Amino acid sequence: MHREPSTNACTDPQMRGSLAIRLVMKALGARSAFYVGFLVGTCSLYLFLSQVGLSRNLGSHGPEPHAKTVEEMIEEESKNWKKERSALFNLNHPHHTGEDGILADDLYKRVRVLCWVMTGPSNLEKKARHVKATWSRHCNIVVFVSSVDDPDFPTVGLNTKEGRDQLYWKTIRAFHYVMEKHGDEADWFLKADDDTYVIVDNLRWILANHSPEDPIYFGRRFKPYVKQGYMSGGAGYVLSREALRRFVEGFSKKVCTHTSSVEDLAMGQCMEKVGVLAGDSRDTIQRETFHPFVPDSHLAGTFPKTFWYWNYCYYPIVQGPQCCSDLAVSFHYVDASKMYLLEYYTYHLRAFGYEYRYQPPEPHIPQDKAPVPDNMEVGDLGQNQAVEKKEEENKSPEQNEKL
Amino acid sequence: MMSEGCSFMKGMFLGGIFCLVMSLFGTFSPGPQGDGHLHHHLKPVSKDELQKLSEAQMYDLTQQVRVYCVIMVTPKLLVYWATANDTWSKHCDKSVFYTSESSKALEALDLQEDDEWARLRKAITHAYENAGDLRWFFVARPTTFAIIENLKYLVLEKDPSQPFYIGRTEKSGELEYVEYDGGIVLSYEAMKRLVEIFKDEEKCPARGHALWKMSEEKQLATCLKYSGVFAENGEDAQGKSLFNKKSVTSMISDSMGKNPNDVVESCCSDLAITFGGMPAGQMQVMMYGVYRLRPYGHDFHDSLTFLPPKDSDND
Repeated sequence: MHREPSTNACTDPQMRGSLAIRLVMKALGARSAFYVGFLVGTCSLYLFLSQVGLSRNLGSHGPEPHAKTVEEMIEEESKNWKKERSALFNLNHPHHTGEDGILADDLYKRVRVLCWVMTGPSNLEKKARHVKATWSRHCNIVVFVSSVDDPDFPTVGLNTKEGRDQLYWKTIRAFHYVMEKHGDEADWFLKADDDTYVIVDNLRWILANHSPEDPIYFGRRFKPYVKQGYMSGGAGYVLSREALRRFVEGFSKKVCTHTSSVEDLAMGQCMEKVGVLAGDSRDTIQRETFHPFVPDSHLAGTFPKTFWYWNYCYYPIVQGPQCCSDLAVSFHYVDASKMYLLEYYTYHLRAFGYEYRYQPPEPHIPQDKAPVPDNMEVGDLGQNQAVEKKEEENKSPEQNEKL
Repeated sequence: MMSEGCSFMKGMFLGGIFCLVMSLFGTFSPGPQGDGHLHHHLKPVSKDELQKLSEAQMYDLTQQVRVYCVIMVTPKLLVYWATANDTWSKHCDKSVFYTSESSKALEALDLQEDDEWARLRKAITHAYENAGDLRWFFVARPTTFAIIENLKYLVLEKDPSQPFYIGRTEKSGELEYVEYDGGIVLSYEAMKRLVEIFKDEEKCPARGHALWKMSEEKQLATCLKYSGVFAENGEDAQGKSLFNKKSVTSMISDSMGKNPNDVVESCCSDLAITFGGMPAGQMQVMMYGVYRLRPYGHDFHDSLTFLPPKDSDND
């Protein structure tokens, strides 16, 4: 069939290009033109498809991990958290695929921990958000304490300003707040900064040996200024329900007041005044569990001899691998990416089949909490003696109490 | 002339249809090229399969899968050398450091060879000849951190008398090779064939090609290809790569950018085998993170047991 050149739908619209094509066509002949057209068609559509992203990936590195959309995230959050009264209530103790979390679940029910995190409006996106995404999911209840109320995050505003000089005010008000709103809903009350990483499961292992009715608190023990020592603020510290009750009572009776803005020291002084014991948080082979710095510093770093740290620690300082318990509870000065790294190391990455050197004994739950198991392991005897010793120690501060 | 133009258009149209049909059928990659067991992806045996084995069988498997670590060092990398010596290499059944130049500070086998490819050849030959009854070989630089137990799990029921060349695979033109920074795993048979083909100056020249210098990883892949051994990408059950040429901090940063709502899950495998480019201090932290730090009350009940090495206190 012959058609007029200028109006032919088969020809290329651009004039110059079509001229060249026409010449090429003439030279090739119909059959070859067909084959060339076939090739051009295949190639151009392939390029088009790869642009659109439909062509399969040839460089085999496995399927791309499915990025979570905001909707999926919100849905998952509503399954795991209940937001109520400006606190986050954990509905499910997080589980990892393929793990047996029976022991951890049991402790989760017996040893209820409320975590309150010291933060501020300018740090919500930078720091507090990552705390919320990682370790705080293992607390029974989480409260983010700020100077401003934020119902979305959620944070609680406690009528303070921001700044280092406000730290003790925030602490005082925070403890009063959690006592009032959640005093019956938890056994232990942990204070942490928004750059502290806490392994709550390991905290429960330590706390399970004690009763929340004991006036005791735990953290990284420092020795100066306070006779029985005080706990480092940054490394986090945890009060028993009785200790919290005494703290609040101490303020109402004016035994404790806002003495200084050095939060951890002032806290330690108040604790001593109201007869709360400074506990030993080390593991069964005397390795520290609460840490005032990142793991790199404790494991591989060297602190200069003039560094304040050397004169502060209550117990002998160990540097290198024995600095830190396998069941570490906290690290401080942890930035966002390190939070995720610690989460990966703690809950995800492992050596398949590896038999750990340190085999921690099961905690001995105090009499009033749960019945003592019939078959006690040898390890338990050690814990048992430790508990008895502590209870004896408890008696002396109580006798000294003037209240 | 118009008939040609129309033929051309018809051809184009049919070409487009052809392309669509082909892409619907699957990838464009050509079929298997050669040996029988060739897969591009290699995964460890599933947990269910493991549980079917008896205790005696599991014990045998654990005893059989033993790894010879070939660690290529230079005096420039002294700090990494010392760290690898103090950390992950303790978990190899046998680890030998091969150096370009001996150092008073640390023990190593001095190959007295400046050229990296020539050094690698010598090291591989030496390792093969001194393998004893070890059947799996792991080649790495001391800037890579390896979790040998996870490597053992990956190759647990694979037969080392078959040629295996495993790691993080990458493609360069037609050549699929394993990236050096992610560590290279070779079975006894692969080593045997390598040592054999090292003698062939044409296919596997000692000094590399004259025109341009190919990296050792590509040279290795080429020589192996001529012996009929092909690269396989080590992955976990979810398809995540087990071998990583980037450091763990770098991968977490990437994940924070790409998947800010699910950083850790989308980042790296639970049973990762290697991370490359790790600074020495971070290797100490990883040692602690892998072999010690854990949450109380969460157990995995892996069907196998690997015991901690003797005379070591950081694991």
